[in-house]
Amino acid sequence: MSAPVRSVVVSSLTLSGAVGVFGISFGVLSVSAGASVAQTCALSLFTFTGASQLSAMSVIATGGTVGAALGGALLLAARNFVYGLALAPIIKGSLRTRLLAAHFVIDETTAMTTAQSEPRLRKIAFWTTAIALFLFWNLGTLIGALLGNGIDPQKYGLDVAFTAAFVAMLAPHLRSSKGRQAAALGGLICLALIPSAPIGLPILAAGLAVFIGLRRT
Amino acid sequence: MIAVVLTTYMSWWLVIGLSAGALAFKVAGFVIVGSRKLPPPLEHCLILIPAALLAALVVKDTFSSAHQLVFDARSVGLAVAAIAAWRKAPLIVVVVLAAGATALTRGFT
Repeated sequence: MSAPVRSVVVSSLTLSGAVGVFGISFGVLSVSAGASVAQTCALSLFTFTGASQLSAMSVIATGGTVGAALGGALLLAARNFVYGLALAPIIKGSLRTRLLAAHFVIDETTAMTTAQSEPRLRKIAFWTTAIALFLFWNLGTLIGALLGNGIDPQKYGLDVAFTAAFVAMLAPHLRSSKGRQAAALGGLICLALIPSAPIGLPILAAGLAVFIGLRRT
Repeated sequence: MIAVVLTTYMSWWLVIGLSAGALAFKVAGFVIVGSRKLPPPLEHCLILIPAALLAALVVKDTFSSAHQLVFDARSVGLAVAAIAAWRKAPLIVVVVLAAGATALTRGFT
């Protein structure tokens, strides 16, 4: 293995390991929000896009409806569409390969893939991150879901694990001024609606903040 | 179907709906549209979805309890998470520090 390839593989594995540990907290919180172990694992296996899973379970945990949980989570999942556009010219192959690859088009694989300079390294980065992350995220989820009922999330501050993860995922989006405006507006819309609107709706309504993208800079 | 959408407890419909929807977005962008260009205004809006929604989720999970706006130990967790994320700490470090800070604050109050 050449040095650049080794470095790509090592960073994919490190990232995946960290995501796996985070998968444990998703498992714990999902089960304490009322999901069964099977439902929790099915979300990680078949939805496989962390922020949407977290957002859906965070709405359910606070007493929102299934519709509201689904709406907010699907809006968040919409960004995988944009990632797909970025990755399509890099990851090629037969239709079957591309349909399989599509399942792995998420934040982390996009970040790792687009960070490489050579086409060959990009492909390696995509597939190693995809496979390692899928394994670790699902293993972590299973462990967390099994531990779930034995742990009081409040006692260890685990109830802020979602929030903290959202903050970490939000940070890169605040680098552009449009990103900061959308975040501020989204937060304000949500705060303003919490006292009166049905639970979950403030999150959906915050999505309207994206129309700030139409303003000229 | 409408009845399911209005329930407030976890159901398999949420798992199925979310999985199907997420896959549809992934396939639509990666396989169907592929390398074709989107109208720039649409792209400018789509790219802002994470910023708007993640900020809203942070606000909701920190400052609300059902319909009540509240200020409690979770705010300390948020502050710690924000500092850690700003210093570019890895995701797991941000989560552990914020959880620890919140648990400690609860221990003292």
